[in-house]
Amino acid sequence: MKNIKFFIIGIFFGIVLIKSEVASWFRIQEMFHFQSFHMYGILGSAIAVGVISVLLVRTLRVKSFGGEKIDLTPKPFNKVGNLSGGIIFGLGWALTGACPGPLYALFGAGYVSILLVMVSALAGVIAYGYLRPKLPH
Amino acid sequence: MIEWLQNPWPWYIGGPLLGLIVPLLLFIGNKHFGVSTSFQHICAAALPLKAEYFRYDWKKQAWSLFMMAGVVVGALIAMLFLDGDSMPEISTKAKSMFIQWGLTDFSRLQPPEIFAIKNLLSGSNIILLIGGGFLVGFGTRYGNGCTSGHAVMGLSLLNLGSLVATIGFFAGGLLFSNFLVPAILSIK
Repeated sequence: MKNIKFFIIGIFFGIVLIKSEVASWFRIQEMFHFQSFHMYGILGSAIAVGVISVLLVRTLRVKSFGGEKIDLTPKPFNKVGNLSGGIIFGLGWALTGACPGPLYALFGAGYVSILLVMVSALAGVIAYGYLRPKLPH
Repeated sequence: MIEWLQNPWPWYIGGPLLGLIVPLLLFIGNKHFGVSTSFQHICAAALPLKAEYFRYDWKKQAWSLFMMAGVVVGALIAMLFLDGDSMPEISTKAKSMFIQWGLTDFSRLQPPEIFAIKNLLSGSNIILLIGGGFLVGFGTRYGNGCTSGHAVMGLSLLNLGSLVATIGFFAGGLLFSNFLVPAILSIK
């Protein structure tokens, strides 16, 4: 099964989200009040590792395990969409104290009430899907 | 080793490990790290939606659903074997702010006043969970990414749109966390 490797990466991701407390409501509110360096340290060092990895892939022209050229094309730049969508997500991130990854993790950790957040997030996705042709991007 | 893993992980362990997912996905599957597209795939896979946004071959993106299934299992493993639901080591400043907000229990990852099943139907929690969830879903798709896809993956690619989105995340988050969350929590 070729997707098993992504399942395993997901297990690793889930453990990190829980153990580094990224999935904690307390940590997110603390971050938005600049009361601790913790979350900024996590995001900053994660980005640093990402930037260095991408730089190495680019300069050394590393191939993927499947022997393909690694695709480093970024997402398209949509001025209005990136900013307004970003702000709307930020509002929700503060209210729920969880971004999408931690939603899955918190469910796995036994916080059943997160299902309510998940279902309304899917409702938000559906609303976006239908409004998409009418929204400025 | 196990005891060491059971302690809360400091940022300089958790952050780099999180960042490591970027090269792992690039090498192993030639994929870009990102979570919120999985929401779109779930909708496309599970619901008969007519909007064009949901009419594509989601099976080609199934890797993302496998990864998120892994996150659920990984969190369960952390909970069962690595003392995952222990008290977060939040700062004393944050703790006294939460006490002012009316929260009293800091023994788990999440405040039971908001997330315990028995408190689910209080007015304030409905706004936080249902309203917040809707904004998370709508916003991440409108903005074309969340913390993983824009803040981590996008910034790793030095992508301008991801920087704009990340600034948006913090603008929105700072606003509601400072003004709306305490106001909502004061509703009884």
